[in-house]
Amino acid sequence: MLDYESLKLVWWILVGVLLIGFALTDGFDLGAAALLPLLGRDDEERRVIINTIAPHWDGNQVWLITAGGALFAAWPLVYAASFSGFYWAMLVVLFALFVRPVGFDYRSKLENTRWRQSWDWGLCIGGLVPALVFGVAFGNLLLGVPIQFDADLRVSYHGNFWQLLNPFGLLAGLVSLSMLCLHGATWLGMRSEGAIALRSRRAARYCAVLYLASFSAAGLWLWLGDIQGLQLVSAVDGNAASNPLAKQVAVGNPGWLDNYSRQPLSLIAPLLGLAGAALAWLGASGRLFGWAFLGSSLAIIGTLCTAGFALFPFVMPSSIDPQSSLTLWDAVSSHKTLGIMFVVACLFVPLILLYTLWSYAKMWGTVTTAQIRNNPHGLY
Amino acid sequence: MISEQLVDLSRLQFAMTAMYHFLFVPLTLGLAFLLAIMESVYVMTGKQVYQDMVKFWGKLFGINFALGVTTGLTMEFQFGTNWAYYSHYVGDIFGAPLAIEGLMAFFLESTFIGLFFFGWERLSKLQHLAVTWLVALGSNLSALWILIANGWMQNPVGAEFNIDTMRMELTDFSALLFNPVAQVKFVHTVAAGYVTGAVFVLAISSYYLLKRRDLGFARRSFAIASAFGLASILSVIVLGDESGYEIGDVQKTKLAAIEAEWDTHEAPAAFTLFGLPDQQAMRTDYAIRIPYALGLIATRSLDGEVTGIKDLLIQHEARIRNGMQAYALLQQLRSGDRSPATLQAFDAVKADLGYGLLLKKYTEQMVDATPEQIAQASLDTIPDVASLFWTFRIMVGCGVLMLALFICAFWASAKRNEEHKPWLLKWALLSLPLPWIAAQTGWYVAEHGRQPWSIGEVLPTHLSVSSVSTTDVWGSLIALVAFYSVLLVIEMYLMIRFARLGPSSLHTGRYHFERTQPAIA
Repeated sequence: MLDYESLKLVWWILVGVLLIGFALTDGFDLGAAALLPLLGRDDEERRVIINTIAPHWDGNQVWLITAGGALFAAWPLVYAASFSGFYWAMLVVLFALFVRPVGFDYRSKLENTRWRQSWDWGLCIGGLVPALVFGVAFGNLLLGVPIQFDADLRVSYHGNFWQLLNPFGLLAGLVSLSMLCLHGATWLGMRSEGAIALRSRRAARYCAVLYLASFSAAGLWLWLGDIQGLQLVSAVDGNAASNPLAKQVAVGNPGWLDNYSRQPLSLIAPLLGLAGAALAWLGASGRLFGWAFLGSSLAIIGTLCTAGFALFPFVMPSSIDPQSSLTLWDAVSSHKTLGIMFVVACLFVPLILLYTLWSYAKMWGTVTTAQIRNNPHGLY
Repeated sequence: MISEQLVDLSRLQFAMTAMYHFLFVPLTLGLAFLLAIMESVYVMTGKQVYQDMVKFWGKLFGINFALGVTTGLTMEFQFGTNWAYYSHYVGDIFGAPLAIEGLMAFFLESTFIGLFFFGWERLSKLQHLAVTWLVALGSNLSALWILIANGWMQNPVGAEFNIDTMRMELTDFSALLFNPVAQVKFVHTVAAGYVTGAVFVLAISSYYLLKRRDLGFARRSFAIASAFGLASILSVIVLGDESGYEIGDVQKTKLAAIEAEWDTHEAPAAFTLFGLPDQQAMRTDYAIRIPYALGLIATRSLDGEVTGIKDLLIQHEARIRNGMQAYALLQQLRSGDRSPATLQAFDAVKADLGYGLLLKKYTEQMVDATPEQIAQASLDTIPDVASLFWTFRIMVGCGVLMLALFICAFWASAKRNEEHKPWLLKWALLSLPLPWIAAQTGWYVAEHGRQPWSIGEVLPTHLSVSSVSTTDVWGSLIALVAFYSVLLVIEMYLMIRFARLGPSSLHTGRYHFERTQPAIA
């Protein structure tokens, strides 16, 4: 089995993979749902949009659930600190996600117009809110969050929900909202035709521009602004028992840019984000939605890697007690648990990818209003 | 000090959301298998009516499944939001089955459920059948992993306290997997789910038979449900998890509480059928007892003893005193004294550290606990006897009623005369709530019977909560109750509407309310 230090690093990568898997798959159905009232003008058009994601959204959402489970198993302190600290933010996301399973399944079961329109707005909120809040949460990680551990490693959070909605947090929220809406729009461009595809093209172009602007603005803010990052002062012993209070941390890593100047190769992540969005814009403009979707996917990968690389090795910095910050070295499970979970992940992730691809292949094709008309009771 | 109100509110929220979630889970477990059986018959016989059965019961399955997914999300979030110290203290062990549940079960179930609903035109008959079986497999695997996690809360094997990380850590993964409590619980719970699915199909089919419509459809559904239900209820009862109650101290205490066994009697103990337990006086008034029965049920032997509550209290008080010592030694170790003597002394008593932590409810320092506080803490180790005594008997009563129902239904279905027995059909219809009552009371027994522990003998519930404010928990509790109530009303409305409509809701033109073609017999 791998040594403890390597496993800690592997799990940093695996958590990243799960989060990217979530954003790539659930991302497009959150985005498509957020755009639902905008891109579908009547009931049939909205049903087209819903049915492009109907067979897949549930499987996609499991990436989020599994990422949560993996945090619990591999980074229990991060799970404990983030879920209890971001209490209301988590609940707001939870309540928004509530609407989705019922919204998708119940919406078209009754003919009533008000019933259907209410669910449409519910689904829109169910897509919009998580897309926004996840970004806000990431933005606040870069600012540092007011967490502190006592000697028993009980975490306390010294802030409230409204403080998360600061300018930089909201800018990060805009990055993730425009990114996932872009992803949803390029997906719809691929899977629909006619008026919906046309509107998706416009939406994709707008979202790409919005993403490019907000992502660059966030980058400039970190570069030129006064956000202070952290740095590890004490030497890392990767094989030591996991206890965050055992390390020394100092403030002084302006804008979290140290890693980028030390390892210029890591700049590939933000560049990938920008290039991906540009590709999405070009693809949508040329009606090559396959390319556009590839572009929005690359933008997602680039964006998440940008944040991860900047924070490394931190994963949850504390703004009030630097020592209470959590890193990938000291917020993790035991050697044994990390090892077992790594084996389980190696066995199942490829299998999951395989049958997920099979299910997409089986359901592939353009969804049209004619199909909805021919099978009004069998589809969502 | 952690406020009592915060603990109570967090428990109330968890209990409410978990019980609400379990309104939908057992039906998913049971219906998934029934759908797979129906579709197997369809593929083997090629008869259209069986495909219609899969599609119609699948529609009801979908309405139920949506709320199962919705309420399941809350459960995963809630360990972190409201039980952060728990998450830190046992995440190393408890998190693993949860993550594996995601990787092994949720992906399978959720990916293939999309193909189940939308793949009819795009998959071959055999491919679709495989998809349906994989959905059933996925939902059952998910039950397996979550019950491994829950079994570990009841009987925490294969783990050890680590003084450097201040938490429990995994030492033996296979002990976690093959935890006997988890195994028994899994069989009992999934079989109860199968019963729920069977009662659901049986009751609604009986409604169509009573209304004399869609007879061929209803008769076939009735037949499959009665056979599947009989096999399942027998498994629930025969493999009832009382057999797991002799393992581990928490299970022993739970057994004594649900049986209101105040004193240790000579083996084999009598079973108290009814009575009024009085926890203050530690006696049961007006008890009706069946000789030998408890000893036989609980220990599966004539000479196994069932420990009474009074003796358990004596044992627990001794363990609390050991736990105080363990805590004092732990403080010494953490302040830097790692001498072999101290380590050895700590190892000798660390199994009782959890009992010591029970004192945290009364004094922050623990080592200065007064004899009164120790006595109070040991009284805390006995959960509320009267409510456990009664909920357990309600659960068993429902089980016996359902067993009788399935015997009659199976008999009638084999004789093919169920539609001429209106009393049986009405009985089946009225039995619809029984599996839910049994499941809810059963979980009450399992989880309230575990108190005062969140992890048996290891971590008191009291210490497990997050450091959030009572205002926050009040807010989330009210919001959850409001949201859940609205969702439940909508779900029930759709469920009743489509159940009444029956297979006509498929718009095939073959069923009662369409009348465009003669109904198939």
